[in-house]
Amino acid sequence: MLEKIFVLLCLPSALAHQLCTPGASDGYKVRLSIKTALGDQAYVWNENEMFLFRATLAFAMRTHFNGQTYNVSNIVVCDETPRVSFWFVVTSPLDTSQLVSREDVEEAVRKSRNRINSAFLLTDKTLEFIGIAPTLAAPVYPDPPPWLIVFGVIMGAVGAGIIILLVTSVLQKKRKKNEKNVKLTKHFHGTEWDVNQQETDYRVTVGNPPAVSSVVAYCSSVPTLNAMLQ
Amino acid sequence: MELAIGQRLRMGSVGVWNSISPYLGGLGVASLVVSFLVGLFYNMILAWILWYFFHSFQNPLPWRDCPLNLNRTGWVSECEKSSSVNYFWYRETLNITPNIETSGSVQWWLVLCLASAWCLVYICFIRGIETIGKAIYVTATFPYLVLTIFLVRSLTLAGATDGLIYLFTPNWETLKNPEVWLDAATQIFFSLSLAFGGLIAFSSYNAQKNNCERDALIVGCVNSFTSIYASIPIFAILGFKANENYNDCKNWNILTLTNSFNIGDENITLENYDDWFKYLNTTDPSEVKSLNLKTCNLQTFLDQSASGTGLAFIVFTEAVIKMPGSQVWAVLFFIMLFSLGLSSMFGNLEGVLTPLLDLHMIPPWIPKEIFTGLICLTSFTVALIFTLGSGNYWLEIFNSYVGSMPLLIIAFFEIISVVYIYGINKFNDDIEWMSGRRPNIYWQATWRFISPFMLLVVFVAYVVVEAEKQPTYNAWNPDYVQFPLADVQPYPEWVFVICVLLSVLPVVSIPLVALYKLMGFLKKYIMNRHNQNPYTNE
Repeated sequence: MLEKIFVLLCLPSALAHQLCTPGASDGYKVRLSIKTALGDQAYVWNENEMFLFRATLAFAMRTHFNGQTYNVSNIVVCDETPRVSFWFVVTSPLDTSQLVSREDVEEAVRKSRNRINSAFLLTDKTLEFIGIAPTLAAPVYPDPPPWLIVFGVIMGAVGAGIIILLVTSVLQKKRKKNEKNVKLTKHFHGTEWDVNQQETDYRVTVGNPPAVSSVVAYCSSVPTLNAMLQ
Repeated sequence: MELAIGQRLRMGSVGVWNSISPYLGGLGVASLVVSFLVGLFYNMILAWILWYFFHSFQNPLPWRDCPLNLNRTGWVSECEKSSSVNYFWYRETLNITPNIETSGSVQWWLVLCLASAWCLVYICFIRGIETIGKAIYVTATFPYLVLTIFLVRSLTLAGATDGLIYLFTPNWETLKNPEVWLDAATQIFFSLSLAFGGLIAFSSYNAQKNNCERDALIVGCVNSFTSIYASIPIFAILGFKANENYNDCKNWNILTLTNSFNIGDENITLENYDDWFKYLNTTDPSEVKSLNLKTCNLQTFLDQSASGTGLAFIVFTEAVIKMPGSQVWAVLFFIMLFSLGLSSMFGNLEGVLTPLLDLHMIPPWIPKEIFTGLICLTSFTVALIFTLGSGNYWLEIFNSYVGSMPLLIIAFFEIISVVYIYGINKFNDDIEWMSGRRPNIYWQATWRFISPFMLLVVFVAYVVVEAEKQPTYNAWNPDYVQFPLADVQPYPEWVFVICVLLSVLPVVSIPLVALYKLMGFLKKYIMNRHNQNPYTNE
């Protein structure tokens, strides 16, 4: 009698262990990298943590299948390694010898991935479900794109500068013409009249200091850029 | 020599060579054409710099992460196979086509950047030398400031010493390769902007009695000093990047070993990796072999540093994302590159503008501002080729065929004409009048014999080396079997014809103008003889 009870008690766990094997078709391998994620504040992986994992996974299954009450006993774990990696399978709450299919487990984990991660203070990279690709966060594209804003600012400034320079040069020319007219009328009756005075060589009016430095500067800047771009 | 003749004759390149001898006017025209062509593609590089600059104001920097694929489970495959930095450069900036025959379409964002680059150039160039002289105070000093900042920052990075050791240890093997010497020769030409006409134009604005000999020495020394000074932070940063890549490579190996042997997390570290590897190899060699661990060698990572546009836009941007405070460094770097490029553009455009002004080819009723605007507008329109999908390939063509051989030819003819046609003694007298000193034996020897000889040697060697192999180019082809390695393609026939045309076009004006003047002279001579006869008969 006692042996029968003993066998009956051992059967479920034996069955469960048979269901969970490394490489099981309906199971997933989980890998944790606690020290990489938390450094000095890493916690030790022990049975309590494993219990939390099983509980979190049961929570994920419950959230996905609204109505079916999954328990911690429905999550079967095996093949633990010092890496902290193990295999798990999920048994159906209605029939403990039946496994929940791979796709359902994947969907459940995907849905609650964030909650599972935060229960262990880990991220998608440090708590890996081998075979379940994490849904990467969608990048935020601000509209309008920021580079157009910078472009607009700079082009606005440059455009304004060009207009200002053009306007000042037009005004300068007008002023010069007025002065010349004044000079003409003054000298018309005088001896020194130089209407045909050509515009003096623009090199004289420009002034020399910028030119000398510009030669030196120009010749020093080209090699640097060319060193980078040639 | 260019500084002296510009200063003495007070004219741009065309005017100077016309004064020395009317048959040599073609030299000036050749310089003009070369300056114009170089200005075209150079500003495209400035447009790319502006594009990166506009994008440096984001957090995170856009070239740090790969974009996600459609179902958000991973990254775009092209980006995964190469790297996020490569993807950003080749796909999001250039949108490059797999080869030069497929032209692709005009990329509107590049057109915008090109337009803004030309507007920025125009605003500095608007009144010619007046505005350029003021702009250059900023564009020439700012890069030195930024270089110093980068120098300080880069020397504090980990792995900088590896880069510096790599820079200063000579590799005697490469010195034996003649192509290296050829590249160095053409590079120094491009770097000193000889034969562009820019030097002549700038020095023509100097006072007559300026000491041009001293200027020439200063230019040469500053050039070399700047090259060395700039290469120190560059190589320090390259060393940092190589170090990071090396650590990443090792960490990947560690992770693979940890995962497959289920060893405790973080038990294998960078320090004890070798011991662990030996231990695992002895206990289970077949498993270790099946993992295909990468061989991590710091030297290979150091050798991977690219040159050309790859250096600035790929290698450097990759290094910048690994530094803390990336946006600041990126912005500083691209402003520095832009101001450097801007000062080079000034020289090119002066080489175009000054001869045209001196020849009085423009009617006087067009104000200078409109004329400079017209030059910028024409250059912008022609440079739209570089905004096509295949634009980068065309730019490489312009770069290698316009910026090398024509310069050698023009420089050779320049020195021959000054020394032998104008007369070296007359030239010596001019320099003595301008600077108060006769040029010493060093200048005499180099002007008369050494320089022409060396130019001839380099030119002949260049032609021989280039004619031996069929010209090829590196294409970015995502469908290539060995992607992300470059797909080496030969140039198609029509493209090769264009390359040859580009090399020949600037130089062809030298004999053409000489021939034209000769025809004119002959015609006058014959007409004179015709006219003389009636008088003698009388």
